[in-house]
Amino acid sequence: MTYPIPNLLPALPEIWVLGMACVILIVDLYAKPHRLVAYLLCQGTLVGAALLTLTGWSTGTETTFNNTFVHDRLSDLLKLTFYLIMFCVFAYSREYIRERGMYRAEYFVLGLFGLVGMMVMASANHLLTLYLGLELLSLCLYAMVAFQRDSSQATEAAMKYFVLGAVSSGMLLYGMSILYGLTGSLEIGVIKQTIAGAGSENVALTFGLVFIVVAIAFKFGIVPFHMWVPDVYHGAPTSVTVYVGTAPKVAAFALVMRLLVGGLEDLAVSWREMLVILSVLSMGLGNIVAIAQTNIKRMLAYSSVSHMGFFLLGVINATPNGYGSALFYVIVYAVMSLGAFGMVILLSRTGFEAERLDDFKGLNQRSPWYAMIMLLLMFSMAGVPPTVGFYAKLLVIQSVIQANMIWLAVIAVLFAVIGAYYYLRIVRLMYFEDAEDQSPIIAGTDMRVLLGINGLALLLIIPWVGVVIDLCGKAIQGLS
Amino acid sequence: MIDFAWSVWNGIPAWSQVTLVNLVLIIIIVLPVVLGVAYLTFAERKIIGYMQVRIGPNRVGPRGLLQPIADVVKLMLKEVIIPTNANKYLFVTAPVLALAPALVAWAVIPFTDRWVLANIDASLLFVLALTSLGVYGVIIAGWASNSKYAFLGSLRSAAQIVAYEIAMGFALVGVLMSAQSLNLHEIALQQAGGLHQWYLWPLFPLFVVYFIAGVAETNRAPFDVAEGETEIVAGFHVEYSGITFALFFLAEYANMILISALASVMFLGGWWAPLNVVPFTWVPPLGWLLFKMCGLLFLFLWFRATFPRYRYDQIMRLGWKVFIPVTLVWIAVVGAAMQTPLGFLFH
Amino acid sequence: MNFEQLLFYFFSTVLVAAAVMVITIRNPVKAALFLVLTFFTAACLWILLEAEFLAIALVLVYVGAVMVLFLFVVMMLDVNLVRLREGFAEYLPIGGIVAVLLVLEMAIILGPQRFGLGNFPEPAGHAADYSNTRELGRVLYTAYVYPFEIAAVILLVAIIAAIALALRRRKDSKYQDPRKQIRVEPAERLRIVKMPTEKRG
Repeated sequence: MTYPIPNLLPALPEIWVLGMACVILIVDLYAKPHRLVAYLLCQGTLVGAALLTLTGWSTGTETTFNNTFVHDRLSDLLKLTFYLIMFCVFAYSREYIRERGMYRAEYFVLGLFGLVGMMVMASANHLLTLYLGLELLSLCLYAMVAFQRDSSQATEAAMKYFVLGAVSSGMLLYGMSILYGLTGSLEIGVIKQTIAGAGSENVALTFGLVFIVVAIAFKFGIVPFHMWVPDVYHGAPTSVTVYVGTAPKVAAFALVMRLLVGGLEDLAVSWREMLVILSVLSMGLGNIVAIAQTNIKRMLAYSSVSHMGFFLLGVINATPNGYGSALFYVIVYAVMSLGAFGMVILLSRTGFEAERLDDFKGLNQRSPWYAMIMLLLMFSMAGVPPTVGFYAKLLVIQSVIQANMIWLAVIAVLFAVIGAYYYLRIVRLMYFEDAEDQSPIIAGTDMRVLLGINGLALLLIIPWVGVVIDLCGKAIQGLS
Repeated sequence: MIDFAWSVWNGIPAWSQVTLVNLVLIIIIVLPVVLGVAYLTFAERKIIGYMQVRIGPNRVGPRGLLQPIADVVKLMLKEVIIPTNANKYLFVTAPVLALAPALVAWAVIPFTDRWVLANIDASLLFVLALTSLGVYGVIIAGWASNSKYAFLGSLRSAAQIVAYEIAMGFALVGVLMSAQSLNLHEIALQQAGGLHQWYLWPLFPLFVVYFIAGVAETNRAPFDVAEGETEIVAGFHVEYSGITFALFFLAEYANMILISALASVMFLGGWWAPLNVVPFTWVPPLGWLLFKMCGLLFLFLWFRATFPRYRYDQIMRLGWKVFIPVTLVWIAVVGAAMQTPLGFLFH
Repeated sequence: MNFEQLLFYFFSTVLVAAAVMVITIRNPVKAALFLVLTFFTAACLWILLEAEFLAIALVLVYVGAVMVLFLFVVMMLDVNLVRLREGFAEYLPIGGIVAVLLVLEMAIILGPQRFGLGNFPEPAGHAADYSNTRELGRVLYTAYVYPFEIAAVILLVAIIAAIALALRRRKDSKYQDPRKQIRVEPAERLRIVKMPTEKRG
């Protein structure tokens, strides 16, 4: 019996990243410790992967590996976003982990393996690949959160993350098994065809759907499944928090698109109701509890909870337009979150973590440039008009209005206003208080340049924001 | 009379006929194994005695031949002592758990071309799974005894068995690649035709790894850290006496015979004669299998007389850093060679 | 009821009973042992389904290796169950309500009218030379090669993560290099001194 060798070309970026991760692992054995080799190879891998993805930019939908892998515009766009975010994540972490004795090749290798997991999720066309990609990503994240072995805080965070993550994976598997029992297939396209017409009448399908939605909410950190978010963001080393808080959110969007939209769109009536509840709770709890925080990492964690609530608004519309706005929102959020945690890393130094809000006091006196970057980041997160964060919020709220849910739009705007309070509080601390700590801000060139670009991009992208939105919309339209 | 017996036989339902026949067959297999164990202990004492320039047991019966019987009677008459605060049920279950897998595995061993109790498809995996169960007897015994020495013995045993089981499993992967089958009977059939067809030659490294891992899995010297009488008294069975101790003893020796039988079937051509010429073909097939087993069993005893006990870290190093890489490399070699014109060497 | 059904009900009863014991018994070692029993009976059920490779792999991997290591750890830990159960009564009402609701829903929805035997076509019988192992291997390396490879990557990550989190090279630990030990020559260790005999003083 012969079997045709599957077409490997669409999966070339995955193969490249995976191969390079293994190469780095081996090269590190022969390199002197604390050398730059691992870091440079890692960044080179990302650049190479980006080139591969760009050269193979898809124009249609293409499946391979017996329909377990799909290569379309959405997967390409998501993968490019992953590379970009990971590039910044590694650049921001380099000095941080060196100062804290965590500079080992395993750190970068685990990061790259996590990237492979996200890429697998982005191109999943089969429940098995979707789940395995998710597990690959999660496993890397658990390990990286615990990477600072002597910190009891980090260990506790990793433990909580691991246990809750395992529970949510169990939920996902249970939901998937019910889907499999009802449709007889694990392939997403086949599932969609089988349940077409069954709609929301089928109680068993809805039952399975509940578990899947719960699992997705866990992965996003949406109320009431957000318990792990503040502890993990706070306990993990900040360089890992940057990772946990950015790229996996975009990957979770892939989970939503492939599973809820790609496979279960006929059940949209059911999952919309669930998502509305989750979204309102997230926006409410996230924004209100964030006000009470004095630790900036915890504050940003609750802010992430609320942002995920806003992101869900885009999905609730259940139209390509809505998904496009959600995709735009989640990418913008990832970039803002990247910059905000990058600032926390920047202000930290050996033996000192700039975790308290008070550590941002008088930043303007110490460095007007970084204070301005942080100002942009906070404005964008709050959704103040000239920044890109405003467009993101505008788009998702627009999509809710299109769905004729004016009351939801009103609630969203209300919570956005409440949320603005704690973002602007940081701005006040930076500009209107005196600095307690006058030590100079030191950082590597790569980090300073990237962080500057990261912050300014939120403002300077505005003339081209239409192009990005268009790109997101096209990626979604390629799906159907 | 015969007619009457036949009619009674036909009168009972079919499934109980099958059960009865199987029961008889099981007894036919297990009894010789138990007897073999008894005389293996005798052989061990004699052989090691001669190697150490002693005579060994020579008092009970002619040349000491009844010694094992006397030992069995003595062990059966001794009192079974259950230590205070020991977990009674587990304490008593442990020896049974150690013995049962060692006996069950015999069900799939092909003795000759036609003599095999259960000719199942995945018998190789079946045997591997059962030998991995044997460790529970040791672990539970050590824990249930409520004694530090016993506990240390069971911990050592757990770590050791997990390490060597991987190497053992990989060694068998090579065999199944060559034979293209998981059936022990099939594997032995593939080696028909004489000495040069045995898997011993193409898979020599795997044979060595398999046999040494087998020595380690049975907790025999030089891998007997679980007992380690000079360090932790008698390890996991320090608290056992009388018949419960006898069961552990039985399990250890039954496992030795099993490993020898498996190695003979998988690497030494099972029941096939080494050459298809006259003096060799006079011996019945079962005789050849027993002869090969005896040769391997002699090695077990020889090891014990020759080598000092490995230290714990040396055992771990040998298992993880030597055996597993060796088997992995050889599997790759076999797999690669099969794709080339040289492939016939490995079939 | 034929013999096969009898076996099925026997193993299922043991399986469910053992699974209940895993979570209710007080002693963690015994709980682990009951988990072993659960795996073992599950493997027996799979054998009844003619999935012998999966069944034996379950015994080999979970019972033979994973649970052995698990017991290894559990036996060495001194788990204080009284402290573990402190919050139990406090959360029992809400946890109990959720559990009961979930079980009820499952009983209603996953009942025989949706997952009953009548809803599924009877599986085709296997040919006489059917080998579960061969079929599984064929599917794993052809149709499911991509998920299979990702699973392999997950295992690799598990190894890397475990080593990265647990391996510490302590400066003060005494480490022996067996290679050096083996290469030792007698001349390095033994010094033969020749000295004249001394007279009795």
